[in-house]
Amino acid sequence: MKKPFAALLLAGLAFPAVAQETTPAMVAAAEKEGKVVWYSSVDVKVGEAVARVFREQYPKIPIEVERAGSERVFQRVNQEMQSGIKNADVVNSSDASHFLFWKQQAKLAKHTPPDALKFPAQYRDPDGTYFTWRATLSPMGYNTNLLKEAEAPKGYKDLLDPKWKGKLVKAHPGYSGTALTGTYAITRALGWDYLEKLSKQGVQQLQSTTAPPKTLASGERAVMVDGNEYNMFIEIQNKSPVKIIYPVEGTPFVSSPTAIFSDAPHPSAARVLQNFLFTPKIQQLMVDEGGARSVHPDVKEPADRTPLSKIKLLPDDPQGMLPLITEIKKKYTALFGN
Amino acid sequence: MSFPRRRESNIGPPPARGRQAFARDPSSAFVRLDLTAPFSIAMVLLLAALVLLPMYWLLVTSFRDDATLAFTLENYRHLVADPSFFKPLVTTMWTSAAVGFLCLAVAAPMAWFVARTDLPAKRLLRTLVLASFVTPPFLGAFAWVLLGGPNAGLINQWYYTLTGLKAFEAEPLINIFSAWGMVFVMALYTFPYVFTFVANSLDMIPSELEEASAIFGASPLRTAVNVTLPLAMPALLAGFLVAFLQSMTLFGVPAILALPAGVDTMTTKIWSLFQFPPQLGLAAAASLPLLLITVVLLRAQRAIMGRRGYSIIGGKSTGMRLMKLGAWKVPALALFAFVLGCSIILPYGVLARTAIVKNWAGPLAGNLSLEHWRFVFLEFSGTKVALMNTFILGASAATAGTILVVTIGYLSLRRLVWGHRYLAFLATAPVAIPGIVLAVGLFLSYTRPPLVLYGTLAIIFLAYLTKELPVGFQQVSSSLKAVHPELEEAGRIFGASRLRTLVDITAPLIRNGVIATWILIFIGSIRELSATILLFTAKTKTISVTMFDLRESNDWGPIAVLSITMLAITFAMVAAINYFTDRRSS
Repeated sequence: MKKPFAALLLAGLAFPAVAQETTPAMVAAAEKEGKVVWYSSVDVKVGEAVARVFREQYPKIPIEVERAGSERVFQRVNQEMQSGIKNADVVNSSDASHFLFWKQQAKLAKHTPPDALKFPAQYRDPDGTYFTWRATLSPMGYNTNLLKEAEAPKGYKDLLDPKWKGKLVKAHPGYSGTALTGTYAITRALGWDYLEKLSKQGVQQLQSTTAPPKTLASGERAVMVDGNEYNMFIEIQNKSPVKIIYPVEGTPFVSSPTAIFSDAPHPSAARVLQNFLFTPKIQQLMVDEGGARSVHPDVKEPADRTPLSKIKLLPDDPQGMLPLITEIKKKYTALFGN
Repeated sequence: MSFPRRRESNIGPPPARGRQAFARDPSSAFVRLDLTAPFSIAMVLLLAALVLLPMYWLLVTSFRDDATLAFTLENYRHLVADPSFFKPLVTTMWTSAAVGFLCLAVAAPMAWFVARTDLPAKRLLRTLVLASFVTPPFLGAFAWVLLGGPNAGLINQWYYTLTGLKAFEAEPLINIFSAWGMVFVMALYTFPYVFTFVANSLDMIPSELEEASAIFGASPLRTAVNVTLPLAMPALLAGFLVAFLQSMTLFGVPAILALPAGVDTMTTKIWSLFQFPPQLGLAAAASLPLLLITVVLLRAQRAIMGRRGYSIIGGKSTGMRLMKLGAWKVPALALFAFVLGCSIILPYGVLARTAIVKNWAGPLAGNLSLEHWRFVFLEFSGTKVALMNTFILGASAATAGTILVVTIGYLSLRRLVWGHRYLAFLATAPVAIPGIVLAVGLFLSYTRPPLVLYGTLAIIFLAYLTKELPVGFQQVSSSLKAVHPELEEAGRIFGASRLRTLVDITAPLIRNGVIATWILIFIGSIRELSATILLFTAKTKTISVTMFDLRESNDWGPIAVLSITMLAITFAMVAAINYFTDRRSS
């Protein structure tokens, strides 16, 4: 088992752009390994929907999904690595800087899914370890039962108006990679000064960016400061009374890569899963049912969603964010609590 | 109806005096023959490793720099100087005290009504208090988010509808996401401790004094305040301390209710130090104040309970005369209805409702769905693993724990060998270790060689075993005390070995008590959150941490389904305890 595998790795080094197709031999090896373990920060129901399709396609490779917020996934993976526990095969996190960190530590396997070759260059690691599996925005939003369109805030600065006191809900950058990426983007656009003022608005502090859209839908809060665009789409599909606001200052763009760990306990199964995640079928499912943005060129956006090209974006910058993460979390916690 | 006694009801090192009946040990000549002594020493060592090793690493780590391992006081300096630690400590102290007072204010009158008056439906009321007692507090917190969320919470929705006020414009009736919301929910699941303390103590105080007071013309209220209250004072104080300690060590309730309001307690703060990279030295240093406070308060409680200044508090008196409540029945029952409504009826109702609707905040019509049940039991890959782990942990901790406490109980109660006092002390000592503090200690002890247990169920097993020792020891001791040593001595005189005597005479007599102990440890284990939260990994998740993960993304439907599952298991187990303890002849 080990030798052909080393050869594969070498091949990957020599020709970084060569993808590895899912071959019957790879599937057979995966079935022998017994299962595949996927750590992901995607919404628990979306993740299980992807797993369901995987089970249909590969009934002999049981899949386990371990969902938590990106920062929590990061914490658990690193704690496990430190203790010498090998459990995770494939990892997905909405904090792209995690992949820079793991890559520096040589924890990521080289493996390019065939479909990822079609992605624009900025969504591929040039060394072939991680790829943008999904992207999401972290827009604002409001509850349409509680606010009329005209009353809704237009951008971040509007939220400092005293009339929003006690009506806002927000996710936490200590837990969620999307929130962290968004927080970094907001501080670059508006400064910490802005967040300091916002913290005085009686914001309800949740953890995951999957949570604020749900809280908004229940009517517990009227306006969400950040949260997953994809959960908003899901709520809208379920006829929940919510609407998305793309802030005038720009909407944080969050790319959410996946990668295989170099010491994955089920290396072949990990490759089968990684390839599967990037197929047009799953990418389209992520868009249609999961509300995600896909960078796969063959994927069609539903007509009722605002196309990315029409939205002013605040791009993510994992390189720039990586050295600042601890400081961002600390400053944020000092303002908003844990 | 028996009320299982939890750990806090009898605490501290073993009694230094008493039990003179056994001072003469007729079997001392046989002790050397039966390997009881080496066995006992082995038990002392095992227990010491179990209980003291985590505490040792806690202490050492708190004085070390995480990276260099050099001696430092920096962790403690940080603790005192950084307001982000001092504030949670203050919050923890005042909220725990508030819970203590709230419990007294509510539970003491409730206990008095049940013990001293002709209140109707006492049996039902006691059963419902027991139900609040076995409800995991974090389940109550989940339910109260759905009931008392300021705008969407069902109670606030009713309130807005009734008053014609509008959400966001008016103040909500309840804002559960606040320090006071947390105090309220903690009190709902802590008051049964105070209730039990006071009710048990009132059962022991003969009613003649109160009757005398009544004969001399004092009103029932005056009698209660001037006669009963002073007599019950030790129980009240002890109840307050237990409520305080219980609240101080909870993790789930503050994490669910206070964190969204930006309020930290010591337990949530310690938990947050385990974000990557974990700050172990700081976590250890932050754990020690909790440990110290617990030890001091338990000492205080023991001093209070141990004081036998009131000679009238003797055995259970006979022919207790019950006070006729008359029209006062209405407010008395209203008090019970309010407390039990808030702790049991409303929370269970809202969990049941949430489990069968798509959108928890919406009206029932057109909203019904079994979607969450399908998701939890057919689709969610976490369910099976969590249920399995929870059962394995519960059953193994209960089995190992029962064997351990029966052995310790026997050795220490019969005072067979040197070391019996240490055994009893070590078995009760974990009472003074808050769950999260124990978890920090275990994490420090078993994430490094020689014994790396982190990532396996074994480390969580150790946590549960240690945590449940005092409960089990307490339960088993009371069963063992009921078996007079003369019965065993008779067996020994007729030439049976100690082991044979145990198997043929003692074991059958304490059988039901032992089964009750097993179930009690099982119940305690399957609901554990505050220690598990630091020790689990993806492979070793339990139901409680799975629910906690779902909470962070506000998936209330699946949470409700898992809550109902957990409650169903718990109540089946409680019914089993009652079955076995009711049959116990003592």
